[in-house]
Amino acid sequence: MSEGPVSVRKIRTDPDLPPVAVEEPPPNTTPSKITFGVIGVLGALGWVMIAIVRGERVNAMWFVFAAVCSYIIAFRFYSRLIEYKVLKPRDTRATPAEKFENGKDFMPTDRRVLYGHHFAAIAGAGPLVGPVLAAQMGYLPGTIWIIVGVIFAGAVQDYMVMHLSIRRNGRSLGQMARDELGPIGGWAAILGVLSIMLILLAVLCIVVINALAESPWGVFSVAMTIPIALFMGVYLRFLRPGKVSEVSVIGVALLLLAIVAGRWVAEDPTLHQVFTLSKPALAWWIIAYGFLASVLPVWLLLAPRDYLSTFMKVGTIILLALGILAARPTVQMPAITEFASNGKGPAFAGSLFPFLFITIACGALSGFHALISSGTTPKLIEKESQARMMGYGGMLMESFVAIMAMVAAVSIDQNLYFAMNSPTGVNGGTPEKAAAYLNTLGLVTPGGAPLPPADPAMLAQAAKDVGEASIIGRTGGAPTLAVGMSEIMHGVFGGAAWKSFWYHFAIMFEALFILTTVDAGTRVARFMFSDALSNVRGLERFKDPSWTVGAWIATFIVVGGWGSILVMGVNDPLGGINTLYPLFGIANQLLAAIALTVVFSVIMKNGQFKWAWIPGLPLLWDLAVTLTASFQKIFSNVPAIGYWAQRQRYADALAKGEVLAPAKTKGQMEQVVFNSTVQGVLSIVFAGLVVVVVAVALWVAVRAVKAGGLPTTEEPDTPSRIFAPKSFLPTAAEKEVLAEWAAAGKSPTPVGSHAHG
Amino acid sequence: MTTNPSPVWTARLVRAVQAARWYARGVIGADAYDRYLEHHQRSGCPVAPMTEREFWRDKTDHQQRNPTSRCC
Repeated sequence: MSEGPVSVRKIRTDPDLPPVAVEEPPPNTTPSKITFGVIGVLGALGWVMIAIVRGERVNAMWFVFAAVCSYIIAFRFYSRLIEYKVLKPRDTRATPAEKFENGKDFMPTDRRVLYGHHFAAIAGAGPLVGPVLAAQMGYLPGTIWIIVGVIFAGAVQDYMVMHLSIRRNGRSLGQMARDELGPIGGWAAILGVLSIMLILLAVLCIVVINALAESPWGVFSVAMTIPIALFMGVYLRFLRPGKVSEVSVIGVALLLLAIVAGRWVAEDPTLHQVFTLSKPALAWWIIAYGFLASVLPVWLLLAPRDYLSTFMKVGTIILLALGILAARPTVQMPAITEFASNGKGPAFAGSLFPFLFITIACGALSGFHALISSGTTPKLIEKESQARMMGYGGMLMESFVAIMAMVAAVSIDQNLYFAMNSPTGVNGGTPEKAAAYLNTLGLVTPGGAPLPPADPAMLAQAAKDVGEASIIGRTGGAPTLAVGMSEIMHGVFGGAAWKSFWYHFAIMFEALFILTTVDAGTRVARFMFSDALSNVRGLERFKDPSWTVGAWIATFIVVGGWGSILVMGVNDPLGGINTLYPLFGIANQLLAAIALTVVFSVIMKNGQFKWAWIPGLPLLWDLAVTLTASFQKIFSNVPAIGYWAQRQRYADALAKGEVLAPAKTKGQMEQVVFNSTVQGVLSIVFAGLVVVVVAVALWVAVRAVKAGGLPTTEEPDTPSRIFAPKSFLPTAAEKEVLAEWAAAGKSPTPVGSHAHG
Repeated sequence: MTTNPSPVWTARLVRAVQAARWYARGVIGADAYDRYLEHHQRSGCPVAPMTEREFWRDKTDHQQRNPTSRCC
């Protein structure tokens, strides 16, 4: 980028040190204007091709154009506006990383490395799964929300939360909520976070189970990740401590071997039996695993698996991006399907507003990121101004992952997509029944012509291609993404014979980091729970983290919490994903509402009323979406949407001794009644907690307006003594400052001796 | 990476490989001990630094007491 020569300021905090901050206006030169002009035109072309021209053959490359160009423009202009007018980072202030540097968790880290680190921490299964399910409404609504949502909501939340946490010694979202909103708002926020975590873990487990049930290949290769991680843990602890790269390479090689070996297991008659597990059996295995994994020492399982999952996550996402660029698939799904308006989609019920936004969740706006953006990354960031590339920029990358998931989902055959994403209770479960069911859906091609009738042989062949007995009713998004990924990748690497490898590669990759999330999430939830318990009189001992009995009790309760939702989900005759996924989406979006509320209150307390719309707008939208969805889930009289209506319908039938499809027995009827009661209660709890938080925030805002601003818990200014550029590439003025440090014989920042920007 | 690269392509290649290794190590956190040593040296603390084995034990034990969340 070129420099703005007019008012570049190089600021020192110590006359004996070179400058520690550079303030300069955004580049406004002719080359820069031309560059952004060209990017704008390309992006607009992408949007025109996917939104207006459409037609029978839309190439997925236009998605990539529309997304990437929109991100660049948003980063350059909107995130700059937030930086310049609202957050006003000052690089003369030391960040928590510099202030409390201890060589361990507080440590200024190279901005480019930290970007990778932050991205690996925020990216998970969510952005991959949500867009796949949302694809049932067509590619356009989902794509628009993934891109527009990230620009105005998701990236804004991540960026602003990170900035607030940097200014507050790296405090977590929960602590900031308590500090800024007072005890009631704070407690509601913490309870909200805790209960949301339980539903989240349960739904992620269901996603894994739906991919692994009756799949000996998948069960074997995913199960092998456990001994591989244990081996890595022992290797790092006793054999060669600290050789992390070495052991990660060994681990990834073993992982690939496990995927290949899965085929042999699936083809061996005895092993086939051993590794073929039903959904309820898998659920119990995962519950047992979750408990053990979170009480075992970190070094044995969690730490090594973290290395593996970071490696696989970043590697696979790069691989998928290259695959899409090379394969340039054609979109099979129409821009907008009938399910967007009639609310009768097989993957999830409900109309576009609000359920599309609930379903996409993480790729556009994810409340969970607020937990990473506060707490973890602020303890590692060198300069306040880097929060823009880290928080806003990191979320843009996450959104791009969601776009790739959308591309993978809409480029597979529509009949196959709907066969996989409708519950077996609805589609019959066999190729013949499923084909008959698909032909009743009235599917059309992207150009609007009726789709050729579904062929049972095609559905059977598709399963065979990926090495599965059946792929009908494999809901949850992960299997669909895996099929899409194998379609894209086999054309680039390996040919048709590799389809089954790529399918299981994708399944393993998702299962691996879902299992890591289950382990880490259970630990975090356990600590929060112990902390909450220790406030009760007589239970103070729970505060002590080294009290093993207490840790086991708390872990048991936490695992029991998500485990019971999980068992409920896998036994649900209506299909666990269809009933629980909306709850997961609502929970995640409500967490975002809590985060945005905290940001909004701080902006109001700062007296920046004029700019309160920046967090306020996404907050309002998010509240409209989540509270409408909660309202419908609680009060809708359509049984497919409203939990209580569902409960009523099955309870009435049960009282009359009837059995309603898809339930087949009285026991299943009772299951539906029980499940919908629990889900209904959870919806009420979530919505109630958030309403409390927002009400408290509004009260804070009113007081702030009356007083013309209120004190916040921002930490006082500590002068910084290090220097680092703001973004990936240093500007001309920043290069001059780096040269000044070099000339003075000093290192500008302690980021490690290897490479400096 | 901003200094002028050597005109010899092998030197460039070596630099590129080094940069890639540095980046990968940084992102997965394999460079933690090197950074700790450097910090220790700079802080001028008179106590001898932890050995590599001690450091990694301490690090995972710290993680045990301070769990961090992963995203969905």
